[in-house]
Amino acid sequence: MPQTHCLPCAPNGAAPEAAHITVRGLYKDFGGTVVYAGFDLDIPRGRFITVFGPNGCGKSTLINIIAGLIPHDRGRILFGGKGLAQTKIGYVFQNYREALFPWMSAFANIAYPLRLMRLARGERVDRVERLLAHLGVSIDLKLYPYQMSGGQQQLVSILRALVVEPEVLFLDEPFSALDYEMSLFMRDWLQRIFAETKTTTVLVSHDLEEAVYLADYVLLLSRRPARVADYRRVALPRPRGEAIFADPSYIEQKRHCLEVFQREVRAK
Amino acid sequence: MRLVRPLLGALGLIALWYLAVGAKVVDPALLPPPHAAAIALWKGMQGGKLYFDFLKTVQRTAYAIALASALAIPLGIVLGSSEKVYRSVEFVIDFFRSTPASAMFPLFLVIFGVGDRTKVYVAAFGAALVILFNVAYGVMNARKTRILAAKVMGASRWRVMRDVVLLESLPQTFVGLRSGVSLALVIVIVAEMFIGSTDGLGQRVFEAQQLFEMPDMYAAIFAAGALGYGLNLLFLLVEKRFVHWAGK
Repeated sequence: MPQTHCLPCAPNGAAPEAAHITVRGLYKDFGGTVVYAGFDLDIPRGRFITVFGPNGCGKSTLINIIAGLIPHDRGRILFGGKGLAQTKIGYVFQNYREALFPWMSAFANIAYPLRLMRLARGERVDRVERLLAHLGVSIDLKLYPYQMSGGQQQLVSILRALVVEPEVLFLDEPFSALDYEMSLFMRDWLQRIFAETKTTTVLVSHDLEEAVYLADYVLLLSRRPARVADYRRVALPRPRGEAIFADPSYIEQKRHCLEVFQREVRAK
Repeated sequence: MRLVRPLLGALGLIALWYLAVGAKVVDPALLPPPHAAAIALWKGMQGGKLYFDFLKTVQRTAYAIALASALAIPLGIVLGSSEKVYRSVEFVIDFFRSTPASAMFPLFLVIFGVGDRTKVYVAAFGAALVILFNVAYGVMNARKTRILAAKVMGASRWRVMRDVVLLESLPQTFVGLRSGVSLALVIVIVAEMFIGSTDGLGQRVFEAQQLFEMPDMYAAIFAAGALGYGLNLLFLLVEKRFVHWAGK
């Protein structure tokens, strides 16, 4: 597999890194609306990528196509040289209420992908308990989703995505349905998970503060048909806490991203 | 007070009834006092003819709803899982769903004769269409996100159907079952009145009226009411137990 450095689709402002996911020549047309026309992208391995861009530019569409939730018209997407079918992925939806199975307890929800993998009951219990212990989560697994708070439900969704130990974790605006306080808490929890697992993570965000706070790389998209407007390294040390909001280099990164974003919004 | 409140309406109705009897608003032959009806109900249900007719009606309604479910639930799942197929038969289902099932009596009589079966079949026919319609809609309206979530975790089409769509359709299926059982009861009672019956609550009401045994007639009406109420309650309890997530 030739290493793809220094392409416009690879992150700039940083030393080149080995790509985990490569997208080449992506083309997607939604009933006459061209969302992607010859789109290329490299996503480095073991990094946290956040995707940000103007409304309706196709941020979620991008991860949905990569994760195989919606088909694409043309183009090639590889995960370390493999296809999607050979790759374990985890996906977290924005709307946890509609993504969890309300007829299953929290445990059964988290263990569902393990059932699909035909693991025995004992092994499923082991895997879920190990995951919870590893991530330091304590929730009542006997509860049904509708008995839990929104934050706990999204927590269960994320655990369900993580329990298979995915190579890539996709999250589509996972915290936007939560109140601000809860989203701050979840953000930090996700950051800790990332530090623990080093799973390649791609998170779509509509909140620039969140996007820069969480990211190793912020991917800024243009209006439709989407191009990579900028793909910036955020080299701030981890773990990041509230203090970072006052950090001059965080502020500078955010200001730059906002500038690119506004340029893209005004374009055309 | 909180325990009594739900009974206030019933007590009010009985009081009103006594008032009407006392004031002779209605001919006393047509409106016996409530206690006369209550005594007739009590005696009838204590192993009298009313009890036997009550059981007959329960049995017919139960057969009808069982038959309707056995046909309509699987068919509803099949039709609902393909919106295109459902759209092509939607008109037929809606048409016959809107046709009063009592209008089908003569046809069913011609086909199945005057026996017990005919009553069950007409009731099953009416209930089946209501159940079919609700099951199909339950399946069609399964949350797309939930289906996608199962797919992205690697569930096959069959697993998505079994683990997600079927459960998603359950609350709507119960709505169909409850409407179906109410309708089946209505049809069974009407059938018992008019198509060559010798038993059943419908026949009981009709016969008491013909013989001018007014307390017996009221007793049979209340027995039918209690049956309808009880069946609905039964389905609600089963639903609460098995579809605990509905509406949450």
